[in-house]
Amino acid sequence: MPVAVTGMGLKTPVGLDLAAFWAGLCSGRSAAGPITQFDTSEHPVTFACEVGGFDVGTYLSPKEAAHLDRVTQLGFAAAVDALAQAGDLGADPARVAVVAGTGVGGLITLEKEVTKYAEKGAMRVSPFLVPMMMSNATAAFIALQHGFTGPNFCVVTACAAGANAIGEAARLLRSGEADVVIAGGAESSITPVGLAAFNRMGALSRRRDDPATASRPFDADRDGFVMGEGAGFLVLEPWDRAVARGARIYGGIGGYGRNTDAYHITAPSPGGDGAVRCMQLALEDAGLAPGEIGHVNAHGTSTPLNDAAEAEAITKVFGGSPPPVSSVKGSTGHLIGAAGAVEAIASLLAITAGALFPTANHERPEPALAPVDVVHGAPRPLAPAPALSNSFGFGGHNASLVLVPAPAPAAG
Amino acid sequence: MDRSEAFTNLQSCAVDVLHVDAGAVTEEARFKEDLDADSLALIEFVMALEEKFDISVPEEELDGVTTVGQALDLVMAKLAARA
Repeated sequence: MPVAVTGMGLKTPVGLDLAAFWAGLCSGRSAAGPITQFDTSEHPVTFACEVGGFDVGTYLSPKEAAHLDRVTQLGFAAAVDALAQAGDLGADPARVAVVAGTGVGGLITLEKEVTKYAEKGAMRVSPFLVPMMMSNATAAFIALQHGFTGPNFCVVTACAAGANAIGEAARLLRSGEADVVIAGGAESSITPVGLAAFNRMGALSRRRDDPATASRPFDADRDGFVMGEGAGFLVLEPWDRAVARGARIYGGIGGYGRNTDAYHITAPSPGGDGAVRCMQLALEDAGLAPGEIGHVNAHGTSTPLNDAAEAEAITKVFGGSPPPVSSVKGSTGHLIGAAGAVEAIASLLAITAGALFPTANHERPEPALAPVDVVHGAPRPLAPAPALSNSFGFGGHNASLVLVPAPAPAAG
Repeated sequence: MDRSEAFTNLQSCAVDVLHVDAGAVTEEARFKEDLDADSLALIEFVMALEEKFDISVPEEELDGVTTVGQALDLVMAKLAARA
C-alpha cells in the first residue's frame, strides 16, 4: 500500500504556490536571471534562479524571521502551506514526525558571520549563528512551531536530500513509527562563496550573456547547472488513515530506492551504474515493472556528465522504449537539497493534470547521449500511471521515488 | 552622555534587536519575562549596546542583570569609567 500525500507546499523560483508552480513549469520558461541577493561583479557566474516575491511576514513575525536563515524561512513556509492543505490531521503530536533535507543548511548566515569574525573578531560573532546555520534547523523549527514531538531529523545528502527525506518519511510510516510525517527539503545557498565554490568545481553554466537559456537539461549545448533556491514539503500518512479521516489524497509514494555510487566524490559512476541500481530498487520496492512507469522526472541537472550518465541509466532500466522524460531544472535551476522534494510534487501535479511539463530550453538532443524521449516545447498528454523521480547527489548519493496516482473519485 | 540620552539609545537597541515596542522598554522591564529575551537574545542585545556606546562588556559582568534599568546602570558605569 502506498503512503498517501495529503498536503503539498512549495516556494520555488517559478512559483510560490502549486498553481503558479505548475503554470510556470508548463510555460517552458526558465526562472534564471541576474542575482539580486548580492553584488556579483567579481564573479564569473552572475545569475541564478532566486525565489522572488517571497513575503516572510506572511509566515513569521519579524523577531522569528530575524533568527532563522533564509533556508529555514523558505522551508517553514512550504511546510505551513502543505499542512494547511492537509487540514486537521487529528493526530497525537507525539506521533507526528518531521524529516527535512538540505544540502548545506544556513550558508547565508554562516558566510555573514565568518565575514564579521574576520573584520571585527570573535566577540562579534552572533550567538544565533549555530541555531541558524545548523542543517537540522528547518526540521527543528517546523516541529517547534507546531508542537510535533515525534521523530525528527535532517537528511544531508546534497542534491538527493529532498528525495531521501520523503523516502525515509515513507519508511517511518510503513514501520509504524509515526502516523503523519511532514517531509521535504529546503535550500538557499546562493551566496558569494557558495556561487564561487560551485563555479570553481566547473559545475555551473557560464552562459552569462543569456541566463534564461543556461539551464538546458539533456540538450546538446548544455554546459552546467544553474543554482536555484527554494523548498518543498509534503504531508504524508498511511493511505488507510488518510481515507478514514476524509482527507483529499493528491497521490502517493509507492516506492523508494537509495544507494551510493562509492565511485567518486562528485562524478557519477561510469554508465550511470549506481543510478541504474537505484531506479531498480525503487521499482522493486513499489512492486512495479519498468513498463508500468508513465514518466521519468529526471535529475537532469544540465551538467554534461550528469545528463549523459542519467540518460544511459534510464535506457538501461527501461530498455528500448523508455517512458517520456522531463526535468524541472530547465525552469527552476538546481534546488540542491530541495530539488527532490519539489520534483516529487511536480510529478504528482503532472499525474493529476494528465500532462507532463516540458523541459525548458531543451532544443537539440545530443547525438552522443543514450536516446531518451525528452519532453520539450509544450506539455505532453499523460495517461494516469506511476512516475519515477530521480535525485542524485554529490557524494554519490542516489535516491529514486515512485509516485503513484490518487484513485479516481468513486462514481456517483 | 546623561542617563536620559543613554536610555534613549539603549531603547533603540532593544527595539532593533529584541523586536519589541519602544513603549515596552522601561527601566523596570525584565528581559526574560517582559521583553521575551532568552539568553541568546540578551547576548545579541549586549553586542548591540557595545557597538552603540563603543564600550566592552565582558560576559561575567552580565551576571545579575535582569532588567533594563540594570543594563542601563552597567552602560553608565562603562561610560563613566571611560570619561
